[in-house]
Amino acid sequence: MSYLPHTDADRAAMLEAIGVASLDELFAPIPSELRTCVIDLPPGLPESEVAPLVSALAQRNRTYGSRSFLGAGCYQIYVPAAVRALTGRSEFATSYTPYQAEVSQGTLQHIFEFQTAISELTGLPVANASMYDGPSALAEGAFLAARHTRRDRLVVSTGVHPEAREVVRTYASGPGLSIDETPLDPDSGRTAPPAADHLEGAAALLVQQPNFFGVVEDLEPLAKAAHDAGALLVVSQGLLAAGVLTSPGETGADVATGDVQPIGNPPSFGGPSAGFLACGAAYLRQLPGRLVGRTLDADGRTCFALTLQAREQHIRRAKATSNICSNQALAALAATVHLALLGPVGLRELGEVCVARAHSLHDRLTVLPGLDTAFRGAFFHEFALRVAGGAEPFARALREAGVDPGVPLGRFDPAWDDLLLVAVTEANGPADLTAYVAAAAAERGTGV
Amino acid sequence: MNHSDQSHADAPRTQDSRPALEPVIFDMSRPGHRSADIEAAGVDAAPVSELLPGVALRERPPALPELAEPEVVRHYTRLSRLNHSIDLGFYPLGSCTMKYNPKVDGEMASLPGFTHLHPYQDEGDIQGILELMWRLEQALLAVTGMCRATLQPAAGAHGELVGILMIKAYHRDTGGDRRDTVIVPDSAHGTNLATATMAGYRVVELPSSERGLVDPATLEAALSDRTAAVMLTNPNTLGLFEEDILEITRLAHEAGALVYYDGANLNAIMGKARPGDMGMDVVHMNLHKTFATPHGGGGPGAGPVAVCARLEPYLPSPLVARREPRETASADSADPDTGRPATFHLDHVRPSSIGRVRGFYGNVGVLVRALTYILRMGGNGLTRASEDAVLNANYLRIRLRDVYEIPQDRLCMHEFVASGSRQKHTAGITARDIGKRILDYGMHAPTIYFPLIVPEALMIEPTETESRDTLDAFVEVMHHIDRETRTTPDVVRDAPHTTPVRRPDETLAAREPVLRWTPA
Repeated sequence: MSYLPHTDADRAAMLEAIGVASLDELFAPIPSELRTCVIDLPPGLPESEVAPLVSALAQRNRTYGSRSFLGAGCYQIYVPAAVRALTGRSEFATSYTPYQAEVSQGTLQHIFEFQTAISELTGLPVANASMYDGPSALAEGAFLAARHTRRDRLVVSTGVHPEAREVVRTYASGPGLSIDETPLDPDSGRTAPPAADHLEGAAALLVQQPNFFGVVEDLEPLAKAAHDAGALLVVSQGLLAAGVLTSPGETGADVATGDVQPIGNPPSFGGPSAGFLACGAAYLRQLPGRLVGRTLDADGRTCFALTLQAREQHIRRAKATSNICSNQALAALAATVHLALLGPVGLRELGEVCVARAHSLHDRLTVLPGLDTAFRGAFFHEFALRVAGGAEPFARALREAGVDPGVPLGRFDPAWDDLLLVAVTEANGPADLTAYVAAAAAERGTGV
Repeated sequence: MNHSDQSHADAPRTQDSRPALEPVIFDMSRPGHRSADIEAAGVDAAPVSELLPGVALRERPPALPELAEPEVVRHYTRLSRLNHSIDLGFYPLGSCTMKYNPKVDGEMASLPGFTHLHPYQDEGDIQGILELMWRLEQALLAVTGMCRATLQPAAGAHGELVGILMIKAYHRDTGGDRRDTVIVPDSAHGTNLATATMAGYRVVELPSSERGLVDPATLEAALSDRTAAVMLTNPNTLGLFEEDILEITRLAHEAGALVYYDGANLNAIMGKARPGDMGMDVVHMNLHKTFATPHGGGGPGAGPVAVCARLEPYLPSPLVARREPRETASADSADPDTGRPATFHLDHVRPSSIGRVRGFYGNVGVLVRALTYILRMGGNGLTRASEDAVLNANYLRIRLRDVYEIPQDRLCMHEFVASGSRQKHTAGITARDIGKRILDYGMHAPTIYFPLIVPEALMIEPTETESRDTLDAFVEVMHHIDRETRTTPDVVRDAPHTTPVRRPDETLAAREPVLRWTPA
């Protein structure tokens, strides 16, 4: 077998060195009642047979390329080839967690660079080495706030992605944190600053920027409301907007979380990518997950090492800030490389192209009959359409025309059956927008 | 300075050159340099400030580096050369199962039919990936002997959280609200204890027996009507199979507790024993260990969780479900010749589910790799992998026992724990020193100081993908280092010498944390 080097002669010699007669004898410590199992799977296949088999599964999926307008937390943008070339290097891909700093400087330094980039984009001084994804990072951000404030209640905006809200609920069921939701202003689609009594005793107010419906939140009054109640403002931040919008840190957020996707990471059916978690310096000791710090080696040379590990499970065990061990280092590297390729100007331009095209599509769709804007607040690159007759039939008709027009939101809440969430990025070119408008016009019976 | 000590002609050779270090990319930035060209919007649109009225726009650009593509590529290529990795050499990091990561797995995961797929596409458009996920679940159930599995958790510890939250939900629904305690052996991974705390439980640590195992009598005394769960790793972190496992799960169940199986060490027992047959209620697997997906310098991994029938209702939502075709006789959905294929869908209707623990469905790219590996290996290959993993560990144990103390020196599974206590006693050399000196020979160190119950622990897991030559070379290095502890102890104490950097000052790093770059 090609991954297992031993010949039978090797095995025989090694068994002899060990002093047992057979491979089976090595398993003598397992009680005999248990040793009756066989794995009920077909025998192994050569690579030349496995590759076509798995490729056939890939081909049974239908992708829409630049005519997909699906977003809702997972977006497609063009990821430069250099990103894959660098993350594909086996020195990065096939190494373990950098516990032995002397032979892990590559990983440690790229994490330090990731922490710096996230700190810049969130406007907060401290960022960790990555979390599993955006929603779980938001849950960990809420836990951080609960530890810091010693409070056990969370207030979550309904502008936060429904799946992220569900993840926060699941996590909160462990220590028994209670959760209340706070609504959007139905006209603007922005989170209405909660009244003081609604935030009383809350550890944190959780919001998303831009929110689930694509609307840009006004963070400053939300920060003020949270702080007046002694709560932290935790913002789940979308990075496509990070070059254009004021950062959460500059608008008073205490904690920023999010998912790096689409920076450096393709949709990949929702994973893997990397979550991030940044916070003010006051919360450093409450931060979950790994941190890389700069230091000096025995020869006085600048180097990097995992640090403040007394927060972590392998040192603090039952008293750790979180149980997280593996994170998403390679996906974080992909984001770091992509951000380095974009630079500050590229990131801003990327955001601006997304905004311009999204608004162009929005304006051309909402003149069609039965397609109306759901919220009047300013939106970034994603918007909710109210579709007369329901979003799902509209989406089905457009897919037949080769356009995947957005996510019908009825899948999250039956009350949203008429809402379609449309995302536009730089991957959707002018011709794709025109194709969308033409297909929508045909479906609406107006032609073009 | 040359500490490579080539005085013996036949001594193993240390590495002979130290690669140059690399500046932080932010210090390399040159205003105006750039790589990625963003195309013009190509639509009639007003400036952003007009499109986003009343919105606070960023005034200070983020200090991202400004570089052309060749500069970026050289920087990260040079950084990569500062890492040890599986593809470069031996990586006997105990408990981490650093086996070879087959190349075809990565090629399959990067097929556009997977990477370009959006998680909210219509189910009719995603049948291939759903079938892949369903087949992976079936394969994992075949290996573990469990009933149903979720692929959602992103890592082992994430799977632990899922498992313990399911146990909590089960007790809540069956009148076990008083159960507020989780029992773990003192040899357990730190994640087990941290998980129990995160789920709101109190942790009781169970002392291991003199034989390094869970003693049923000790467990029985610790169990009560307050016990929610017992978390076990089997084989345990000493690399020993819990011989009384059937008695242990029986006692736990009699006390009304459930038993959690930490699958970190599943690589030892594939085709030899199944957690389901041991009486386990919940099992997590680390696909980045047992199923050969790359660890990426710390992730992404994947930590699927399999359960017994009574916990199935609590699994996170959604699960991938298969709808049988009406008119086909064959159960094999991949066979196009049997008529209409089965169809697959995401089952969101799970009223007792603990809920989601992440967005979407899991680290799908990792799942593609794992299924590719499993198809390649087959049931016979996975069994052979476990056999060779156990063979390699026992071979190293036998070849190192004369020089290093091995507290539990009997048949081990896929790993064993040696101790540097002799070297500490005779020369004041610690396990850390020995680990650091191994780096000089182009190999990775074992896991050190874990499990906590072995002083000066060196936890060694060779995995099945290492040749006898590699194992022999490691033995040579370990014997040579032992000689060095007597002949040139300072060389070991100050090791490593030939790595890109030498020991970092961890106290300085923690006392004055510098966690990001700042402009000079």
